[in-house]
This record gives sequence, structure tokens and C-alpha cells, in this order.
Amino acid sequence: METVTVTMKTQPVLFLEADNISPDAFAGKTAADIASLHAYEGREQTTLGKYFDVSGDAGATAADTRIVVKGDVSRVKYIGMKMSAGEVVIEKDADMYVGAWMQGGKLIAKGSVDAFAGIGMKGGELLIEGNAGNYLGAAYRGDWRGMQGGLIRVKGNAGSDIAYFMNGGTIIVEGDVDVHVATHAEGGRVIIKGNAKSKVGGQMVEGEIVVFGGIDVMMPGFKFVKDEELEIDGTTAKFSLFHGDLGERHPKRKGQIVYGKLYQKI
Amino acid sequence: MTTEYIIKNGFVFDPVQGIKGDKADVAVKDGKIVKSTEVSSKAKVIDAAGKTVMAGAVEIHAHIAGPKVNEGRNYRPEDKLFTYTPKKKGSRMAGGFSIPTTFKTGYEYAKMGYTTCMEAAMPPLFARHVHEEIKDTPIIDEGAYPVFGNNWFVMEYLKNGEIENAAAYVAWLLNSTKGYAVKVVNPGGTEAWGWGLNCLTVNDPVPYFDITPAEIMTGLMKTNEYLGLPHSMHVHQNSLGNPGNYTVTLDSLKLAEGIKAKNTFGRETVLHSTHIQFHSYGGDNWGNFESKSKEVMDYVNRQKNITVDTGCVTLDETTTMTADGPFEHHLTELNHLKWANVDVELETAAGIVPYVYSPDIKVCEIQWAIGLEIALMTKDPMRTFITTDHPNAGPFIRYPRIFSWLMSAEARRDRIESFKHSAKMVEATHLAGMDREISLYELAQMTRAGPAKSLGLASVYGGLAPGMDADVAVYNFNPEKSYKPAEIEKAFSAAAFVMKTGTPVVIDGEIVSNGNKRTIWVNAKVNENPQVMRDIKEKFLKYYSVTQGNYDVTKHFLSGNPRVIEVDATT
Repeated sequence: METVTVTMKTQPVLFLEADNISPDAFAGKTAADIASLHAYEGREQTTLGKYFDVSGDAGATAADTRIVVKGDVSRVKYIGMKMSAGEVVIEKDADMYVGAWMQGGKLIAKGSVDAFAGIGMKGGELLIEGNAGNYLGAAYRGDWRGMQGGLIRVKGNAGSDIAYFMNGGTIIVEGDVDVHVATHAEGGRVIIKGNAKSKVGGQMVEGEIVVFGGIDVMMPGFKFVKDEELEIDGTTAKFSLFHGDLGERHPKRKGQIVYGKLYQKI
Repeated sequence: MTTEYIIKNGFVFDPVQGIKGDKADVAVKDGKIVKSTEVSSKAKVIDAAGKTVMAGAVEIHAHIAGPKVNEGRNYRPEDKLFTYTPKKKGSRMAGGFSIPTTFKTGYEYAKMGYTTCMEAAMPPLFARHVHEEIKDTPIIDEGAYPVFGNNWFVMEYLKNGEIENAAAYVAWLLNSTKGYAVKVVNPGGTEAWGWGLNCLTVNDPVPYFDITPAEIMTGLMKTNEYLGLPHSMHVHQNSLGNPGNYTVTLDSLKLAEGIKAKNTFGRETVLHSTHIQFHSYGGDNWGNFESKSKEVMDYVNRQKNITVDTGCVTLDETTTMTADGPFEHHLTELNHLKWANVDVELETAAGIVPYVYSPDIKVCEIQWAIGLEIALMTKDPMRTFITTDHPNAGPFIRYPRIFSWLMSAEARRDRIESFKHSAKMVEATHLAGMDREISLYELAQMTRAGPAKSLGLASVYGGLAPGMDADVAVYNFNPEKSYKPAEIEKAFSAAAFVMKTGTPVVIDGEIVSNGNKRTIWVNAKVNENPQVMRDIKEKFLKYYSVTQGNYDVTKHFLSGNPRVIEVDATT
């Protein structure tokens, strides 16, 4: 695997849209080719080389390419967008849309990321060592196809509206989350090791939410079913199972109505 | 500025003059087609050698302007995602897929060689919005059909058999909304839905009004011919999209029997049945769902005073939108996707639901086949037109792909073979056994001369005879050479040259001018009718939430370049 290092040298005046920082766009290119890939600052089309020092050539394919992003990229959006393979490491905080529509490979953000990380994600692994913003692993505005596959793990806290319209895959938040979790979900699994606030599983059709800590206000559309012992992400404990959202439609499979499942640790 | 052109040596297909691919020149002077001898030696030469030349195409039914199109844009940001192109020399920023921006609508039609388009359903109350969008859609000439099939005035007059009063009201509304034709959507059913009901046959009475869909359609056909409007009544029948609905379709079409066209526009038909693919279904559930295109087209071929358009399914993700409010509710119950709905007081309603026509779903595969069967079963291409009911069965930008399926049995075979349920699809349809390939001449009939004639616009659009508007499309397609289906799609997606009223608007598939678009509307004069005028005044006072002063489409809302079709129905 070849490593390309991109290091912020000149901060953009506006925010920089850099969806070309991905193994797929870099694959088969030299450092000079990569520096000439386009980016947008506001409405102006510009190049990555205007903002970043690029060193190292990429591998022949995305899978053979590792990208290390150094420096302050807190005003850079779309890092790792639509990546299908390879690896991206962001050493400091990044702005919105990190790993958006990601399909494969591994993306590690060592700092925190802003909103919309991993939206519409189909596969791969997104690891956020700091905090994540709102709409983590959610659907794009208006879309009913949210996260469909892959794994997102956040070591810190996450914001509101995570897993909005989730259809598949797994999101693990090791800290706390803000309001609205897995709204409209029709699949997938969200694990919250810390506390949740309210609107957990609103309009949920299918899928699973697991909360280790407290839930400030439970949705009225969830009904207690039973207590169960489960092993979740390496922890074996007893959980209360709730079915919901009872205000929403639910499909029938093998004669059984399928509900969204909400587990809360006892 | 050049006003003279001569398009030389192309293979010309023009049903108006009966030219079937002969090498010929098309001369243009001051925005009109003229005889080649009438242009001077200064005429700019466009070399069309080895290329196909046709008149600009005419779209008879698409939802491209107005409140429901715009609500589709509003509530589907995901339809725009990754589709925007920045402004270029000749064009503005444009985007959207199934519900493109007004600019993209004009550009994409023009690139395919379409120069005239009809917005298929204008809610009269929101006519101002429709015209504001038409004004903002570049290049193409546009008209809009106001909807009448659930209108309180119409139902009241027709219930009492008052054709003359219905005609006075229709004339008033066409003038007030700057409309083009009488459109009918799910006659009576949309009003019934306000009562939680629907009209699923032509004999289901509308609650309160106590009139049937059959009476509404017959009455509006008579009203249309009383006025002598350029287009016939244009109908989206009851029970759209339901298995077994072909009997309702036949019942509706039969209403045209015995009604004669009466107009001065050369139109011979009295009923246009739109997106008939959605109305040609057999079976009684989605499991035994099957094609009844043969039963429907056998009737259409026999009954000479009706025209149809196909409503071909393109197998894309799209946005359905119709004034058939109950249908959209039915659809959202089926696919569970987001639903927008509005009631338009006294007049109509509308609903919107996204829909994915998947090649992995048997029903969608069958729908795809039925749309193509309609076109391939026609015995009169001058009465059968190609549409996608944009965006309902698919976006209009897929026309070139539909042409390739219609013009190539190989293209259809390839598509059928790659379906997930191809064996079941073949069993439920006729398509696999059909080897007809639509010729370029027939294509020109189905997309140019035919729709223009049905619209009563055959003297200006859809042909290349001297005196007609200089709307001309030149395609990189040599009919004398053998070709692959993909080449048809490519050639018709990006015309080599398109001219609109004498102005070049597309060169080598790129927009070069925003043209000189016009709004087409019908000004019908009737005898003074104090009763109808009093009824209108009273309805505004009693029921409408707006005053008449805030209803009429005044000049400010119209594009600056109207083409007014005058109709005199005074006696």
C-alpha cells in the first residue's frame, strides 16, 4: 500500500469542498497529478495544490492507496466522499461530510468531525476518535435511503438526528447522543454506550437501538415487551426490550408483525 | 443578423409533405420554412449530409411547469444531488433529474430536438405560477391545459345538460388562465376523494354533484366541439394504474363514438387518451397483473376519432405527480414513500410520490413492455404519440432510449433478457413476440406531425412545408448505414443542430441560444352569457378564497411573446 500525505499549507478563506481527497480519486496518480485535482472554494473551482502540500504517489488502485491528511482541516468538507477502498487517516478535526456516501475501505478521523459524517454510507468502516456532529450516518436531505451498510464507531459523543432513515449497517457511539435517534429507520443497528435524550426511535419501522445509559424522555409509541440478556459490542448484560414506534406502519413477515426494537440496559 | 438558412443534403423525414428520407434541402427565411428558391445566395449553409433532418418535435403531454412540479422540486432535494452543471456560455446553471429546473427543462428538450411542449395539467387557481415557470423555461414554445374534470361549474352545467353554459365557462377560464385545451383528470374521482371516495368506473356517481364520469367526459367533448377548440378533450381516465382497468379505458374511449370533430384547425379527433400504458392493465391483483394493450389498441386502431399517447415506463427512479389525488394516496400506501397532497378549492387536487421503476420488479417490467406495445401495435402513427407522461413513467430525457427500443427489436430483446423476472414478464405481455421496428418516418409521425395535428397546430408545427415555423432538428444519424441501438439513443440525445423559429439554439449538442420562446394560448369568443358571468361572480364571492382580481393571469405573468390562437364560437 502506497501512502500519500496531504498537509494543509494555506487555509481557505471560505470553506473548501475537497471530495477529491479519496483513494478512488488519487489512485494511479503522482503527487503532482494529485495536487492538480480540483476542489471548490465557494463558487470558484480551484486545485488541491493551492491549499495542500502533497507528497508521495498513490497506489495503482484505490485499495492500494492510503491517504494521511495533516494540519488544520477544520474548514475542509467531503474528505473521503464516496471512497470504495483503501484508507484515509485525518489527523486533526475535519468539517462536514467526512466519509459521506462511503462504500468501502477504512476512514479514521483522529479528531472530531462536523455534521453529516457517513451519510448515505453503504459499506466500509468509519472510525471517529473524537466527537461527531449532527446527522451522523443519516440520509441526505429528502432521501429515504440513509445508511445502508458498513460500520461507524465514534469514541466520543454524537449530535442530534443520527441514523436518520437508517436501513442497514451499524453505528456505535461510545459517549452520549443528542435528540432524535434513528428516526424513520427501517433497518440497521445503533448502539449508544452513554446517555440518550429524547425522541429515540421516532417513526421507526424496523431496526435496533441499544442504549446503555439513560433516556431522558421515552417516546410514547414504545411498549415494554420483556427483559433479555444480550452480548452487545463485547459487553454482556441484561436489557429491557421495547417495541415501537407503534404509531408507524409495520410490515408482516412469516405471520409476525415486525417492530423496531429498542433495548435499554437495566 | 442572419435570417436566411439552407440546411443542405440531409435525409429529410416529413410526414406533412410525405417525404420519407429523400435527400433534400430545407430553406428558412425570417423564421419560416420557405421554398429553396426563395432564399438568396447569402443564406447561411448548414451541411446535413449523411444526417437525419426532421421538424422540431412536439410534446403533447408532460408535467414541466407549475405548483406540483415545483413542490416535487421542493420536497425532493435528493433528486438534485450531484446533477448540477455550472453556467456555460450559452446556458445558465441547471440541475435536477426527474424534476429538473425550468432552465434544464428547456435545454434538455431543445437538445433532443423538441421545440414545442404542452404542460399537461394546470390547476386554474395556480395558473399564475404555471405561467411564471413557463416564462422561465427557455427556447421551447409552451402551452398549458387547465383541468376541468372535477370543476364545480362544469359538473353543475353538465348535470343539467347545459352545453352552451359549459362552453361559455370553458371559454372564460381559458382566457382567464391563458390555457390551451380542456384537460380532464380522473373525471369526478378527484372531487369524490374530497368525500373520502373515488370514481373507479365511468358510472360511479360523484357525491353531491350526482353526475358520472361518463357524463362529464361526454359533456366536455360536446363542449369542446361546440367551441371548436384547436385540441380535442384530453383525458386521463378513471382507475389509473389498477390491475384490470382496461375495461374502464374501453368504456371511456367508447364515449367518443358518434361525436364529430368540428373546428377550423384540421383536427379530426374528439378525444385524446393520455398515458394509456397506465390504463391498459389486465388481471385483478399484482400477482396476475398482465398486459391488455392488444384489447385497447385494437379499439384505438378501429376508432378513428381518438388519439393516444403511450406513457412509456423508462425504468428510472422518478417523481409521480398528478391531479389524480386519490391515485397518489393509493401509491404512497403501496410504496411507503413520501407523499405531498393539496386540494385546489372548487377545481381539482394534486398529489406527488417518488417512485422507483425497478428492472428487478415484475410489475415494473410488465409496465415497461405495455408502453412499448402500445406504440408497436399502432396502425396509425398519426394517432399514437410517444410520451413518458414526464415525470410519471420516467423523465423526458429518456425519449432517445425509448426510440431505440421502438426502432430496434434487438434492443428490446437485450433489455428483456436482463430483467430479473423476464420469463414471467414475457408470459404476461406480447412484446417478446413482436418484431416491428418503428421507422424514422413513423417516428416523425409519432413525435411531430401526429401530435401537432391532434393539437390543431398542424399549420405551424410538426412539419417542414413552406409557410410553417422554422423549427428544425438535424441528427447525427445516417439512415442508410447499419447501426447499433446505442447509436440511436446517442444521436437523438444531442442533436447536431436545432433551430427554433429560425434561430439556431443547439449546435453539436450544446445550447447556443435561449431562443425566442412563446406561450401558446386559446382566446375563444362566445356569445355574451350573463348567467355564466353571474355564476362566476357568485362563486368568487361565496366560495373562492381569492377575488377574481387575484385570479386572472394578467400580462405580468405571461412570457413576453404570446402566440394567441383565436377561436370564434359566437353565433
